[in-house]
Amino acid sequence: MKFTWFNLMPWPYLPDDFREKHRSVWVDIPNTLYDPRKGHYVYHQYMDQLEYAESLGFDGIGCNEHHQNGYGLMPSPNLIAAGLARRTSRAAICVIGNSIAGYNPPIRVAEEFAMLDVISGGRLVAGFPVGTPMDTNFCYGQIPALTRDKYQEAHDMIMKAWAEDEPFAFDGKYNQLRWVNCWPKPIQKPHPPIYIPGGGSIETWDFCLDHDYNYSYLSFYGYLRGKSLLEGYWDRVAKRGKDDSPYRAAFAQIICVADSDAEAEELYAEHCLYFFNRCLHVFPPFADPPGYRTVNTIKYGALSQLRMEAQRIMQGLTWKQLVDERFIIAGSPETVRQQLEECITGLRIGHLFCLLHTGNMPDWKTRHSTKLFAEKVMPQLRHLWSDWKDDTRWWIHPMDERLHPEETRPGAEKPGQEWR
Amino acid sequence: MKALTIETRRGARCRVLEAGSGPPVVFLHGAGGLLADNPFLDRLAARYHVFAPELPGYGESTGEELLEDMLDFTLHGWDVVSALGLTRPHLIGHSMGGMIAAEMAAVAPRDVDRLVLVAAAGLWLEEHPIPDIFALLPGELVELLFQDPAQGQTLLTGGVDFSDMEAFKAFYLGQQRRLAMAGKILFPIPNRRVSKRLYRVAAPTLVLWGDADRLIVPAYARQWGRLIPSATVEMIPDAAHMLPYEQPEAFVSAVSRFLPR
Repeated sequence: MKFTWFNLMPWPYLPDDFREKHRSVWVDIPNTLYDPRKGHYVYHQYMDQLEYAESLGFDGIGCNEHHQNGYGLMPSPNLIAAGLARRTSRAAICVIGNSIAGYNPPIRVAEEFAMLDVISGGRLVAGFPVGTPMDTNFCYGQIPALTRDKYQEAHDMIMKAWAEDEPFAFDGKYNQLRWVNCWPKPIQKPHPPIYIPGGGSIETWDFCLDHDYNYSYLSFYGYLRGKSLLEGYWDRVAKRGKDDSPYRAAFAQIICVADSDAEAEELYAEHCLYFFNRCLHVFPPFADPPGYRTVNTIKYGALSQLRMEAQRIMQGLTWKQLVDERFIIAGSPETVRQQLEECITGLRIGHLFCLLHTGNMPDWKTRHSTKLFAEKVMPQLRHLWSDWKDDTRWWIHPMDERLHPEETRPGAEKPGQEWR
Repeated sequence: MKALTIETRRGARCRVLEAGSGPPVVFLHGAGGLLADNPFLDRLAARYHVFAPELPGYGESTGEELLEDMLDFTLHGWDVVSALGLTRPHLIGHSMGGMIAAEMAAVAPRDVDRLVLVAAAGLWLEEHPIPDIFALLPGELVELLFQDPAQGQTLLTGGVDFSDMEAFKAFYLGQQRRLAMAGKILFPIPNRRVSKRLYRVAAPTLVLWGDADRLIVPAYARQWGRLIPSATVEMIPDAAHMLPYEQPEAFVSAVSRFLPR
């Protein structure tokens, strides 16, 4: 079982009356709510936490891409990952990922991901999300009905750029490049592990299975609601005659660990409620432009039912509801272990994205929860999927002799002292 | 009106409403499509041979995957005219249909008799940004489209009872499908640069606008009037963006004065 410490990097200073005063945390949120001087401390705190997670033994540390929003402050996750690559040397750096339909030309992603893989010594996990409609359509202007087609083309260009040893011409519908010649190329061969984050579009399942990519289901509504969707995925895996390695799938979960269940509520309730009430406050039309979801996905209905159900629960949300409905997994180490085991085995996932920082949680609480998780929960869950422990198809393969740039060292003053 | 189905040479299958006799008039609908009742078409059919094709993705018309960009939509318009066997029809385009009709008249200026643009999309004025129709709550859309939102609601939904979950779902799916298609030429900014081609429009052109249009405000009517060589602009009082539906009589009489029989 693999654990990745993930930080969404929310803006922690949204005002108390944010929901009442503003219609959306995304797309048209007034940017006067952002304070760059406070932002300086926020970025460093969040990046410190990711580095701290590595020191506690998490397998991976993760970031992702969002635009024009107070929910996640990473328009460019690659910048964050570059910082992490210089300050860590063991954990996988999971960029989940770059919303490739919005890059022009997409070769930029092939290049930047290759740079990250090279700088980190082969520790990159490369995510290719379609991107939320808020990001890809409303902020980055992609036409909803053509987004998937453009995404597919961008994917084909990037993968070919990594695979080919000779310059080639790419004559796409959305991108034409006479000379594609990726410099640098990634360390990991044939390419870094590819993760496809999905919000529930059923087309994504086949795409993952066509290429043997990891399917990462990212939701904030917990494993009880994720179950029907993951079941659909595993049915599809079986129908396609693929093996059912749990490492084919990942799931994101908000987790809060304290010394007792009562302490969890006392410490974390306000921050979790901040997240659900403010960071997820999206003007509904921004989440559903016509054409973004295919008619098949709409008919499958999983999404809309989930949304309607979630919307209902979101009215007057309480800590008790968050916990009882398993939107979050919170409590003593034993409570968290027991519920996570149910989550991991129930969904059949080999990768857990642990959201241990939530909303406006201060640093010390984040570290408290993270440390308890690393010391008292993670070791109890490591044994899961031991039958598949040698299956490394969806994990990094770093260089053995890689550098440890986080250890400060003087530059070479004499011949023979260079990095080599 | 009777409905026929045509197949274009590209392979799109389209439903076309047809009625009347006289000079051929092709009416191109807006992003919302034809509504359940289109009384202005019936009135036009008293004087003209009216054809109202539905775009792929609208109603029973299929082949939406064949049309991706503005040139596809424009040539599709001419493919429909060909499939109907018409020569030099009058073109009337409403809203998004106006955008398509203007492009058709610009690429094939000799093939249009007269052109009527009704609250046409297709231009962008920085000082009058058009609201983002892809980011509206249903109630907000009705407010923008109609002078009388209550009447508008009934017209748009065709009297569907939304307490019936199945009926609601069917309407929602239809609306998603229509606007997904419209987004190909209207998202994120409804401007595919027809303005630089309008000098080619040879047809005498009538620009018709509701004086209370809140979606594409009357400043756009004046801009079309400036950019098309032989255009006249006429404002219709007490009408908003859906003027053919809101003021069918005034609409038909303005069109009838302009289009020769």
